[in-house]
Amino acid sequence: MDTHCIQVWINQVAKELKVPAHLSDAIAAAGVKPPFAAAVNLQFVPKKNYASHILQTGDKIELIVPVTGG
Amino acid sequence: MNTHTDPLILYGETFNSRLLLGTSRYPSPQVLADAVQLARPAMLTASLRRQTAHADTSPAFWNLLRDMKVPVLPNTAGCHSIQEVITTAEMARELFETDWLKLELIGDDYSLQPDTINLASAAQQLIKAGFKVLPYCTEDLVLCQRLVDVGCQAVMPWAAPIGTGKGPINPYAMRLLRERLDVPLIVDAGLGLPSHACQVMEWGYDAVLLNTAVALANNPVSMAHAFALAVQAGRDAFLGGVMQAQESAQASTPLLGTPFWHQN
Repeated sequence: MDTHCIQVWINQVAKELKVPAHLSDAIAAAGVKPPFAAAVNLQFVPKKNYASHILQTGDKIELIVPVTGG
Repeated sequence: MNTHTDPLILYGETFNSRLLLGTSRYPSPQVLADAVQLARPAMLTASLRRQTAHADTSPAFWNLLRDMKVPVLPNTAGCHSIQEVITTAEMARELFETDWLKLELIGDDYSLQPDTINLASAAQQLIKAGFKVLPYCTEDLVLCQRLVDVGCQAVMPWAAPIGTGKGPINPYAMRLLRERLDVPLIVDAGLGLPSHACQVMEWGYDAVLLNTAVALANNPVSMAHAFALAVQAGRDAFLGGVMQAQESAQASTPLLGTPFWHQN
């Protein structure tokens, strides 16, 4: 792994991001389309914080979308 | 009874239907839309998942949900810990722009039985965070009482495990629950027939939430309508007051003046 990169997990898929990496970078790399919501390491991250939330190597990112439900 | 004069009131909000409908497992989005159009439910449940190639995660569902103009009740389906519930709830609140939440905290994957040990604690934390929590729970009286104690203004006991369609499997406990609790009770899960819905409404339950019984019917649109009518019929029957059952026959036509009576 490039020393200037970190490895994170986006919806359980490994992804390398250049440092400094923010949640907004991970979202762009994932290509997920709105509407969606995000959590990092099982903690909700509101939309307004995507650009400021700094990611660390090993972070587990969940990007979720609305689906049918009962 | 007109639903406008007998509304369902949850957390101070008024709903003109006592049927809540799930959005899953329908043959097509159009069938779902047609069922909703005919049944006019108070709320529609929805959920959250990782984005996949599956059609259910496409923007089409989001657009359909918006077009139907029915309040959305997000659920926390699939959560197995309090932290999972809290995080999912917060994501749902941002995504669906609502404080309403169907709390699901699963304790057993086989039966989909709620985690009755941790449910009240999860509900308490969510209520403190500003959610209007409708907890999916069992028909256990003490559990439901604890949920009310921590601030739930309505509770949603199952009639039977999710998706079984068995109808009320513990009528004694469900009727006892109705007698003991004053908060709105919504039967969530396990109903298969409109008569099941009618029955629990006759017992004084305030509303019914169902999904599979409609979605997997041969004609979901017709079945959604049937459930809506059954829920209303049961509610009217409850308000009408059920007669006391009698041990012996009692003629309904007056005997006085019966022709040919005692002539022979």
